[in-house]
Amino acid sequence: MATVVVVTSGKGGVGKTTSTAALGAALAQSGQNVVVVDFDVGLRNLDLVMGAERRVVFDLINVVQGDAKLPQALIRDKRIDTLSLLPASQTRDKDALTAEGVTRVIGELREKFDWVICDSPAGIERGATLAMRHADTAVVVTNPEVSSVRDSDRIIGMLDSKTVKAEKGERIEKHLLLTRYDSARAARGEMLKTEDVLEILSIPLLGIIPESEQVLRASNLGTPVTIGNPNSAAAKAYFDAARRLRGETLVVKVPADPRSFMGRLFGRRAVA
Amino acid sequence: MALVLAPEPPVEDWLDALDAQVKRSPSFFDGRPVVLDLGALPIEEPDVAGLLQRLNGRGIRIIGTEGAHPSWQGLEAWAPLHANSTRPARPIDVPDESRAPPASMEGTSLLIDQPVRSGQSIVFEKGDVSVVGSVASGAEVIAGGSIHIYGALRGRAIAGLTGNNRARIFCRRMEAELLAIDGVYQTADDMSPTLRGKPVQAWLAGEAMMLALLD
Repeated sequence: MATVVVVTSGKGGVGKTTSTAALGAALAQSGQNVVVVDFDVGLRNLDLVMGAERRVVFDLINVVQGDAKLPQALIRDKRIDTLSLLPASQTRDKDALTAEGVTRVIGELREKFDWVICDSPAGIERGATLAMRHADTAVVVTNPEVSSVRDSDRIIGMLDSKTVKAEKGERIEKHLLLTRYDSARAARGEMLKTEDVLEILSIPLLGIIPESEQVLRASNLGTPVTIGNPNSAAAKAYFDAARRLRGETLVVKVPADPRSFMGRLFGRRAVA
Repeated sequence: MALVLAPEPPVEDWLDALDAQVKRSPSFFDGRPVVLDLGALPIEEPDVAGLLQRLNGRGIRIIGTEGAHPSWQGLEAWAPLHANSTRPARPIDVPDESRAPPASMEGTSLLIDQPVRSGQSIVFEKGDVSVVGSVASGAEVIAGGSIHIYGALRGRAIAGLTGNNRARIFCRRMEAELLAIDGVYQTADDMSPTLRGKPVQAWLAGEAMMLALLD
């Protein structure tokens, strides 16, 4: 029984695409059959973050409109053979997505894969609502900033009213993925505290991903951090988040300040 | 909170449409202050004063006009509304009679047992609204009667919508963006910082909104 996950946030630039790629790669490495689907029609990025931009022939719009068959558009990852990508079109816009077409494509993907992970565009318009439409589970990506938290709250409200599950009176599972968490800024009180974000959004925490060079570099190299740098703190946080998505119960670790170790070593200077 | 009516030419057709609306929800204008936005009427509109009389004849309580041309006669009695704020009056959505009532509606009170999320608007004109959960920043709860929030109130609470000046607002944690009772409102800026994050109630004493700690 396949699980359809939407990775969404409302606000742009919070890490939806990066998290889609990292979670997809983490789930695939545990032997699950995973497809990541780019819903950001017109501003596609997932192919770049997955390192597959030179292999795109057909895309989601071609399949939605019936111009190509689903297997023609799916791109199998070269590093992990249980991981596939369904890219978005860069030349079209969100109006090219039809509700019936998306329903059909998601239905076909459910038959082929264990996990269908939909990378939602920012905003609350057609692209975002169609990306969440068929989800069983939502990963709400939020930065510890007031603007991001309010937009996530809005998206959670839409998940509870505009998805197929919600319309049938069922509950869609929602998880909070706190990204770009900067422990140094948190220590100085410049970011919202994790407990404040959880209190405002009142959905369970899937993980806290530290802001890190490795994540940014991984995106630019087209290698999700869970493939390229699996021992980094960010990758470990994504692996844990993927295990929680599969139903495991793990304690969420709050990333420590990487400088605090050095700080402890040299923090107590002897007075001469 | 005042309602804005914006007549459009031809005025006769507009009045017919208004009558049809009043027929669908007869108590819609009861006790509601109304501002008339005349901006859409042509400058040579001959009988604005007559229009005002005809609206009054329908029991619509006009408290001011906007967008009137200086050359028009007969508007002295309805001088431009002196709002005590720079915020423009907002049109209120006409209630859609075809929409099904919320599932948990019982008589004159409405119970919401989940958080009210940003962008959501709970409107209940028949009485009190209770929310078991928080009201997020950018969300609003609008009630004909009182409002009870058993959680943090971070958005807007608008009580006593239908002219009920005895309506109150109660919340377990006051972080509201705006409170209003029977048209009298306060924004977060006007509220005492000592009340922030505390259990608070708000009520009207004459034309003034009072806020006090609940314990």
